[in-house]
Amino acid sequence: MAEKKYSKKHEWVELSGDIATIGITKHATEQLGDIVFTEVPDQGKVLDAGGEAAVVESVKAASDVYSPISGEVTESNDAIVGDPSLVNQDPEGNGWFFKLKVSNADQINELMSKEDYDKFVTENV
Amino acid sequence: MNQSAEKITDLKTALYNFHIAHGGKMVPFAGYQMPVQYPEGIMKEHLHVRSAAGIFDVSHMGQFSIYGTEEEYLPLEKIVPIDLKSLKLNQSKYTVLMNKEGGIDDDLIVTKVEGGLNIVLNAACKNHDVERIHEVIDPSKTKLHEDLSLIALQGPKAVEILNTLIPGVSELTFMNGASFQYRDAKVFVTRSGYTGEDGFEISISNSQVEQLCQTLLENNHIKLIGLGARDSLRLEAGLCLYGHDLDTKTTPVEASLTWALSKKNKEEGNFLGASIVQDQIQNGTVRKRVGIKPEKTIAREGSKVFKGDQEIGIVTSGGFGPSVNGPVAMGYVLKEFSNEGEDLELEVRGKRHAAKIFKMPFYKKSYVK
Repeated sequence: MAEKKYSKKHEWVELSGDIATIGITKHATEQLGDIVFTEVPDQGKVLDAGGEAAVVESVKAASDVYSPISGEVTESNDAIVGDPSLVNQDPEGNGWFFKLKVSNADQINELMSKEDYDKFVTENV
Repeated sequence: MNQSAEKITDLKTALYNFHIAHGGKMVPFAGYQMPVQYPEGIMKEHLHVRSAAGIFDVSHMGQFSIYGTEEEYLPLEKIVPIDLKSLKLNQSKYTVLMNKEGGIDDDLIVTKVEGGLNIVLNAACKNHDVERIHEVIDPSKTKLHEDLSLIALQGPKAVEILNTLIPGVSELTFMNGASFQYRDAKVFVTRSGYTGEDGFEISISNSQVEQLCQTLLENNHIKLIGLGARDSLRLEAGLCLYGHDLDTKTTPVEASLTWALSKKNKEEGNFLGASIVQDQIQNGTVRKRVGIKPEKTIAREGSKVFKGDQEIGIVTSGGFGPSVNGPVAMGYVLKEFSNEGEDLELEVRGKRHAAKIFKMPFYKKSYVK
C-alpha cells in the first residue's frame, strides 16, 4: 500500500491502484472527542475534491468530512455507521469512511505527507 | 469581536489555574474562560456523573444577596413571581425574572436565608439582572458576591462523600439549604443542581474553593466535569438553558414553566407581564416548549421542525444524550402538534428525519425528596 496523504481539513487518503480510501485523522478525532454519529456517502455518488462527502458528529458538534480527491464512491464503511466509536478507536484504520474510484490520481500530489501534516497541526493549534 | 479583544474581556473564576492543571480545555463562555471538558471527554464525564459523582465549577454564575426584612424584599415579587411569604427559611425555588412583555429576562434560583434572600443568576445575564432588581430593591441592601465561588457536586455518590467532609448535608432535602462549617470556612450548601441527579451546590470563598475541590478529588469516585457534560446532563433532564430554550420574547407559559410561578402570584397578577401570562394560562399559547426525540439523527439548535409540508417549530437545544444513548432535543412547536407521541420531522443538513414529541425528562431523575 502507498503511504497515506493528508489534507488541511484533517482527512487522510490512501491510494491503491485507482481506489482511494478516505478517513479522518487521529488529530481530528482528538479534537472532536467522542464520536456518536456518522453519515457516509452512497455508492455511486460522484464527489469533487474539496466537496462535502460525509458527516461526523461528536457529543459536542457536527462536522463535515470533505473528500480531498475527486472520484466516484465505490464503497462506504457501514461499520462506522453502526458503531461510530470505531472512528475514535482506529481513525486511520478500521474507522475509514469511504472508498473512491479516483478520476484524477494527480490530485493526491497536492496533499501533505505525514511529516508535513504533523508539522501543520503543531503550527495551527 | 476579534480574538485579542476577546482575551482582554475573558474573565476567570478562582479555579482557572486548577482547571488548567487538571487538563481542562478552556473555552469562552458568557464572558468567562471555562472548561468545556477534561482529558477523558464529555461522554465519560457525563456517564460518571450518572454513576458516581462529579464536580462542576459554576462560579461564573452570579451569587446575589438581598438583605433585609420580609417587608423590604417583598417588592421583588413584582419582577420574580414567587410567593416569598410562604417560602420557608432555607428553602430554594426555581423561578424566572419577568419583563413587561411577559417574557423571561433570566431563570434563577431564590433561597430564603436568615436576614434576606440569596439568588443565583446566569452568568451572561447577571449584570442586567442586578439592574432590574435594583429597580424594585434598594441597591444599598443588595450585593453581588464577587468574592464567592460556587461549585456543584452532582451524582448518586455526592451525598455520602460530601457528608464525610461537611457532616449534616445529608439531612438536607431537595431544594433546601443551610450554612455549614467546613474546616475554617463558612459555606452555604443547597441540595440542588442542574443535572437530573441528586447533589449539592456549595458556595465558598474564592480563597478556599481550590482546597475544597482538591480534597473532594482525593476521593476516587469524584471527577471534574466540564460544561460539555453539564449541557448534555441538563438536556437529558429536560432543563432549560437560558439564551437557548428561554429568552426575553418567550413567556413562562410558552416555555412550559408555569409551575415556576407561585399560584398566589398567578392568581393575583401582581407582577410585570402578568396580564399576558394570565391570558395565556386562560386561553393557551400558539407555541409550546416540548421534548423532541429524534429517531436517529442528531438535531442541533436551530433545526427546523416540520409536520408534513408545514413548518411548525424549531429546536432550541439538541445533541446526543450519553445516558439515553441516542439523540435528544427540546424546542418549540405549534401547540396543536405538542402532544406526546406526535410524529414530526426535523430538518438536518437539508434532509428530513423522523422524530416524536417526548414527555421530558429523557432521563429519569433521582432527587431526594
